[in-house]
Amino acid sequence: MKGKIAIVGDGDSIMVFKAAGVAAFPAADEKKARDILRKVAQEYQVIFLTEELSRALGDFLKRFDESPYPVVLTVPSGKGSAGYGDEMLKSAMERALGVDILFQK
Amino acid sequence: MELKKLKARLSTAVRGHKLLKDKSDEMIRRFTLIIRENKRLRDEVEKALSATLRQFSVARSLTPEYAVETAFAMPTSAVEAECGVESVMGVDVPKIELSSADAAGLPYAYSEITSEADESVRQVSQLLPLLVKLAAVEKSVRLLADEIERNKRRVNALEYVMIPQLEETIKYIRDKLDENERAAIIRLMKVKNKA
Repeated sequence: MKGKIAIVGDGDSIMVFKAAGVAAFPAADEKKARDILRKVAQEYQVIFLTEELSRALGDFLKRFDESPYPVVLTVPSGKGSAGYGDEMLKSAMERALGVDILFQK
Repeated sequence: MELKKLKARLSTAVRGHKLLKDKSDEMIRRFTLIIRENKRLRDEVEKALSATLRQFSVARSLTPEYAVETAFAMPTSAVEAECGVESVMGVDVPKIELSSADAAGLPYAYSEITSEADESVRQVSQLLPLLVKLAAVEKSVRLLADEIERNKRRVNALEYVMIPQLEETIKYIRDKLDENERAAIIRLMKVKNKA
């Protein structure tokens, strides 16, 4: 199956992805991103979402966890990473194992 | 009759419980492997991507806004991915591979924008396979986590509800039957003594 790749995010960070051949959908705020995601999810299999937006849309993104596609991946934005990806990882791990095997010091 | 039926159910339940427990163990083993991989990939991607994006914003600030906008307004050849589905312990997880790995050059003229921007675009293109891989792995982690949770619930339901209940019912019936048998024997003895 052929899949298409898209990125949803604020204007700055997604430009460079656009130049690299990823379909870019600018979304200034949370509400707009929600509408765009709903549309994009029908058509694209892999969606990158910048961290600020995916943090704000956490509950909304849960619905994509039911099936293998589309895949939504949180990427850091131009402002750098705030560790949301690690948080998601941690919550999945705690749900499945009940213990922390990656982040304990 | 009922006792026989219940015994069959109990043995099925026990066997099912054992199988599910094995499945759970194996899933957890796979999960730990995948999640380690996920962590490694994520660290790598976040580091590289943050650096690239920072560099890109520097590049952007060196050129006037409209120049950047026009330079990046033209889309390049879209990258495509090969999407498949893989089964990990009966859970369908995505398996994605980038089919056209290298984008065909830059979408703008070199004179339009600084070389830092070219460099960032190149780096992002290089990062794409990694990003796509991370996307697949991370999704797998989430799907597997859900499945493990569901499976754990099933195992516990069998272990702590279903099996004890069946055992108790079987014991009750057996006690009753034993008592009937004893009563019958005693009755016989009594009758014999009288005769």
